Amino acid sequence: MTTTVKKEQSDSFEDLLNPVYKGKSLTDPINTAEDKWNLLPAFLKVKGLVKQHLDSYNYFVDTDLKKIVQANEKVLSDVDPDFYLKYLDIRVGYKSKADPKQIEVLYPPHECRLRDMTYSAPIYVDVEYTRGRKIIIHRDLEIGRMPIMLRSNKCVLNGRTENEMAYLNECPLDPGGYFIVNGTEKVILVQEQLSKNRIIVEADDKKGIVQASVTSSTHERKSKTYVVTKNDKIYLKHNSISEEVPIVIVLKAAGIVSDLEVLQLVCGDDSVYQDIFAVNFEEAAKLGVYTQKEALEYIGRKVKTIRRMNAPKLTILQEGIEAIASTLIAHLSVENLDFREKAIYIAIMTRRVVMTMNNSKLVDDRDYVGNKRLELAGQLMSLLFEDLFKKFNNDFKMNLDKILKKPSRASEFDALLHINIHSNNITTGLNRAISTGNWSLKRFKMERAGVTHVLSRLSYISALGMMTRISSQFEKSRKVSGPRALQPSQFGMLCTSDTPEGEACGLVKNLALMTHITTDDEETPIRKLCYILGAENINIADSSTLHTNGTFGVYLNGTLVATTRFPIRFVNSFRYLRRTGKVSAFVSIYTNVHQNAVHIAADGGRICRPLIIIENGKSRVTAEHLQKLKNGEWEFDDFLVNGLVEYLDVNEENDSLIALYEKDIFLATTHLEIEPFTVLGAVAGLIPYPHHNQSPRNTYQCAMGKQAIGAIAYNQFRRIDTLLYLMCYPQQPMVKSKTIELIQYDKLPAGQNATVAVMSYSGYDIEDALVLNKSSIDRGFGRCQVFRKNTAVLKRYPNNSKDILAGMRVNEDGEPIWQHTALGPDGLGEVGMRVQSGQIYVNKCVPANASESVLGGAQNGQQAPPQQAHREQPMVYRAPEPSYIDQVMMSVSDNDQALIKVLLRQTRRPELGDKFSSRHGQKGVCGIIVQQEDMPFNDQGICPDIIMNPHGFPSRMTVGKMLELVSGKAGVLDGSLQYGTCFGGSKLEDMSKILVEKGFNYSGKDMLYSGITGECLQAYIFFGPIYYQKLKHMVLDKMHARARGPRAVLTRQPTEGRSRDGGLRLGEMERDCVIAYGASQLLLERLMLSSDAFDVDVCNTCGLMGYNGWCPTCKTSETIIKMTIPYAAKLLFQELISMNIAPRLKLGDVF
Amino acid sequence: MSNIVGIEHDRVTNTTSTDFPGYSADSAGSDWDLEKFKKSFNLYISYISERTANFDLVGLDTSVANAFRRIMIAEVPSVAAEYVYIFNNTSVIQDEVLAHRIGLVPLKVDPDQLTWITSEADEKDKFTDDNTIVLSLDVVCTKNPNASPDSTDPDNLYRNHKVYAKHLKFEPQGRQVELFANNPVVPCDPNILLAKLRPGQEISLRVHCILGIGSDHAKYSPVSTASYRLLPVIDIKQPIVGKEALEFQKCFPSGVIDINEKGEAYVKDARKDTVSREVLRHEQFNGKVKLGRQRDHFIFNVESTGAMPPEEIFFKSVRILRNKAEYLRNCPIGNLN
Repeated sequence: MTTTVKKEQSDSFEDLLNPVYKGKSLTDPINTAEDKWNLLPAFLKVKGLVKQHLDSYNYFVDTDLKKIVQANEKVLSDVDPDFYLKYLDIRVGYKSKADPKQIEVLYPPHECRLRDMTYSAPIYVDVEYTRGRKIIIHRDLEIGRMPIMLRSNKCVLNGRTENEMAYLNECPLDPGGYFIVNGTEKVILVQEQLSKNRIIVEADDKKGIVQASVTSSTHERKSKTYVVTKNDKIYLKHNSISEEVPIVIVLKAAGIVSDLEVLQLVCGDDSVYQDIFAVNFEEAAKLGVYTQKEALEYIGRKVKTIRRMNAPKLTILQEGIEAIASTLIAHLSVENLDFREKAIYIAIMTRRVVMTMNNSKLVDDRDYVGNKRLELAGQLMSLLFEDLFKKFNNDFKMNLDKILKKPSRASEFDALLHINIHSNNITTGLNRAISTGNWSLKRFKMERAGVTHVLSRLSYISALGMMTRISSQFEKSRKVSGPRALQPSQFGMLCTSDTPEGEACGLVKNLALMTHITTDDEETPIRKLCYILGAENINIADSSTLHTNGTFGVYLNGTLVATTRFPIRFVNSFRYLRRTGKVSAFVSIYTNVHQNAVHIAADGGRICRPLIIIENGKSRVTAEHLQKLKNGEWEFDDFLVNGLVEYLDVNEENDSLIALYEKDIFLATTHLEIEPFTVLGAVAGLIPYPHHNQSPRNTYQCAMGKQAIGAIAYNQFRRIDTLLYLMCYPQQPMVKSKTIELIQYDKLPAGQNATVAVMSYSGYDIEDALVLNKSSIDRGFGRCQVFRKNTAVLKRYPNNSKDILAGMRVNEDGEPIWQHTALGPDGLGEVGMRVQSGQIYVNKCVPANASESVLGGAQNGQQAPPQQAHREQPMVYRAPEPSYIDQVMMSVSDNDQALIKVLLRQTRRPELGDKFSSRHGQKGVCGIIVQQEDMPFNDQGICPDIIMNPHGFPSRMTVGKMLELVSGKAGVLDGSLQYGTCFGGSKLEDMSKILVEKGFNYSGKDMLYSGITGECLQAYIFFGPIYYQKLKHMVLDKMHARARGPRAVLTRQPTEGRSRDGGLRLGEMERDCVIAYGASQLLLERLMLSSDAFDVDVCNTCGLMGYNGWCPTCKTSETIIKMTIPYAAKLLFQELISMNIAPRLKLGDVF
Repeated sequence: MSNIVGIEHDRVTNTTSTDFPGYSADSAGSDWDLEKFKKSFNLYISYISERTANFDLVGLDTSVANAFRRIMIAEVPSVAAEYVYIFNNTSVIQDEVLAHRIGLVPLKVDPDQLTWITSEADEKDKFTDDNTIVLSLDVVCTKNPNASPDSTDPDNLYRNHKVYAKHLKFEPQGRQVELFANNPVVPCDPNILLAKLRPGQEISLRVHCILGIGSDHAKYSPVSTASYRLLPVIDIKQPIVGKEALEFQKCFPSGVIDINEKGEAYVKDARKDTVSREVLRHEQFNGKVKLGRQRDHFIFNVESTGAMPPEEIFFKSVRILRNKAEYLRNCPIGNLN
């Protein structure tokens, strides 16, 4: 069974396993240096680009959910001590007896998209509870519905073949990893945070402050503990302790009573550190704190007590114990009041501070990728679910107590009857959070907005790019360069090019091609393994030996768990175990010599990537292994299991020597890159020859590639999206890259190979404007379609009336009236009909008496009249250009109301002002469309599709574009597709050779004839194909002009904005110009006459405004003067009057 | 001045002709003279096939040759589909796109059989049997009952699942029945794929084809391309012998340069040269060879879309140019003498 599933899954990757793939056949000799890139498709086959989302969600649904339920497994009653309810198990999507592979979802994903529903599966729990004296086990109780991530292991699409996907109306190339909530596709972006439960040391050189901080995060709470210096003395700071506590007191409170031991734990036998630290003993002595009890009481007094109601009051000592046990460093749990672990932790923090005071270079870098953790959909969902589950249990308990309080009950109490009432809370809670993006968790007082985003379906690339996007928690408005800068440690983990420009620059990042984000691993087995490998348990180790020279601490997830005298051997044997698969491949281990520490990280959210292992200067991956991969005997995981490839996270990378190419390997090398182009992400991977471009150009292209119109998915014609742009004839690029093949951009391309002449022509090509060939446009170049969704809901009203559709109205001849031309007899637009501005495509009618009460009808004693009066409320098409009706969908939404979606289509050919871009960040608008016969032509009679001005090159330095042209031209002549892969690709020399062979100049420059005069052009013209993208910004959507039109109600000035047919504002600066020029009549006309001129009657006696030639203040009409002022001015006067300020106009003669 | 366009390694020189009156003081008697032109003008035909014609025009001015080229592309009328009336289209391809595709199908119609349509005319009597060709396309895709069960090949599974240009059926109207009796209207290339269907889908439409010119829309252009190039000239200034001669030969397409028995390179057929200027890259030939193109020798290449034979297109272009000249001559401003 499993093998067949695997076989089916590999459908789309099948061609990779074909005998001849990308010009190489199976029998070709294997060259390890070149063919090792085959590991990349193999990696993507098991991992995929969105695997991080799927892994994280799967982990949440399968593991984390059970943990959450276990942590909150019992619901007890305050009233009835005998009652309990215990959760035994939780499952998503299948019942206890059913097959876990068969997920119960009501509707497949595409139907959810169309019908505005949520793609979800039921959450079942098994409960055990008491009914009277009996203990009852109830299975498969549905407590809510969980939104399902597409392509996760709970999704119906999991493991489907391409055929089955087609049957479900799904695109097999769609990456999945998003949710469908109320019909919209929502992505939970990866969130970047500073790592939790780790010590970070920072220094402020100006203030001379050194601080070590740790953010403790557990399921229950989040808190931050600081160890800071103040006047060279060290204190502990925490939010719930009102003032800073001298560190020695804290350590004493934590059970390190003797000063000697404190010194041993913090400084070891280093006399420099001892000197720095010594003052702190004085501080404690000054305060008269010598014993643990005194220390605890000292702390107890400082604790800010926020007690919940009816909790017992604690003594000061108890407060102190409580603070040490649960408030400070909350992620370490204390059992039986044994504070030693915590004491050591605080001592280590102190030691780091002392070390940094001595040598300020030992601070940590917040922006270092190794200090960051990525939070994925699964983690966020689990936070949310735990919150909702707790609330659910709480509500249930309250309800329970209310009923149990009542002394006499007729029937036996059954708790189950009360659990179902609230079952909607979890469902709506999850849905609301995902659809609004507001993650508000009471436990952590967390209010996060903008966690989810609508999946951008502008192009395939934009959807893919969204799935790999990482958003930072940093404030966008802050002017800081640190977090925005490119970190060297990003290499291979985060794309170096793909980041937006502007305010989010550097804060929004993208994953590189070959990355994996870890999920949490169990700590206990690793801790045990450390002891087995010969490290000494810290809890039984002697304090004096802790910091002696040569002793290395072993830190597991930031906590000191053991010490070892043989760190190298320890690390090597640990790595050996990991490579043999005894430890999870994603556990990282590395030595930090400055801290004398071996760090083992097994927490979730670390980015890591696979590398080939080098031993004794030899790559462990050999030709034989690659042969197996090609034959399909091996998969990527086999390389992992056999210890040929391993995952390194950023910290461990720092501990390794990684060779970029095989030729760079020498004896000390530990790893080898699989492919250098994996430093780029999926979106930057589209750029041909990016390593020849100026780097900002690649960044611009990353932003523009997402706006390119092309094919979106195989199911694009089945989709009804609010706005959908499609290209009529998309082509795969002549110059591809390996990334393009891997992400299958060649199957869903967005652009066309245009023949470009780089020359100046007509003068309409300045400032990056392009000259387009009219015949090319006639033949379909750049032709695209725009689909727009329009939704109507037929509502039902409380008085039994409802909206209806009325058929078309006809004139005397029996022909439908003009407005109803597009309608069918059912009142809906007919598919294929043209709708023009002012025509109707859904003839909806609403009842005239919808607001009448239900009772009113019933009182008359008769049924609602069969023929209710309706009034037309049709959907009218308003746009400058007509559209065609593409699809009409009628369905029933969740609340039983008819849902009508009408998809309107426009087909557009390129016109003046439409925006185009090559793949090198070179955008331009169409400046002129030229007849073919006017275009220059070469010896073969070929005319360019696009003429591009050569001034675009010198300042942009996009050499990659020129290389693309030469390679593309060679490919066209040769009948082959050329590669422009980053750090590789077809070589210019080879391309030139092909050109010469085919009778062209080596440089790609041709002799052209002018189409207008017929003479030869005096320069040779750089001429060949370049892949051009049509961007979504089209003139038709932006053009706007107005002579007369609507005005705002309040000010009577013209409205603003294209959507309201607004006027074009003559602003302050323009006004200044007119004033400076002295064109006063123009000023008057623009600012008043053409805007909000208003005739008022002004009384010359009192200076106030009257009406009808009458001044109500002076009760006279003698001194009334008619004049024209802006209505806004009149309004201002009246508003001033309303607040008891009387502006009076004094009129004088002008001449 | 010579009538050789100079091909340098970085530029083209001497591109414009100067043999018109008044160019320079000593341009002796360069008034255009019909007799002289008749004597010097030559036409060589390389080959004429059904779709392509390749011929040389020698001894005429660039402007005239270019005029022929431009007229062939943009102004020789031909017939193409302009109005598509769609009755039913349940295929995946949208009506506009399908119509666009049908429009681009070249039709085998003699444009002289049709008259121009009057665009001002009322919609009802706009189309007559004089000016309109009616085609229809009615295709329904069905399952093939005799398909072999384990086959996944659509050709085997379905019937009519590919709509080709040949499915466009001519519907002669009125007197067209006799007029087109011998040469019914068909697409020039019957196997242009218009749409793909699946069982249950159908396309039913009617097409009105009218006369138009290429500058209106590329579909009316009777040529897929019409262009010319100038005859290449290779002038060997100094003898190139021995190994260098072989290398010299390699710089040109095969057949351009040959080596005689003395081992000296000579120009065998300059016409075959593509002027790749490869020879100018080589240091050792510096000064030994001069590349050029003869400015008044136009090698025309006319590729017809199939509606008319290529030579006819050229003749038509000549006729149109003549009419234009006639028109200009009849213009009051042209009648100054």
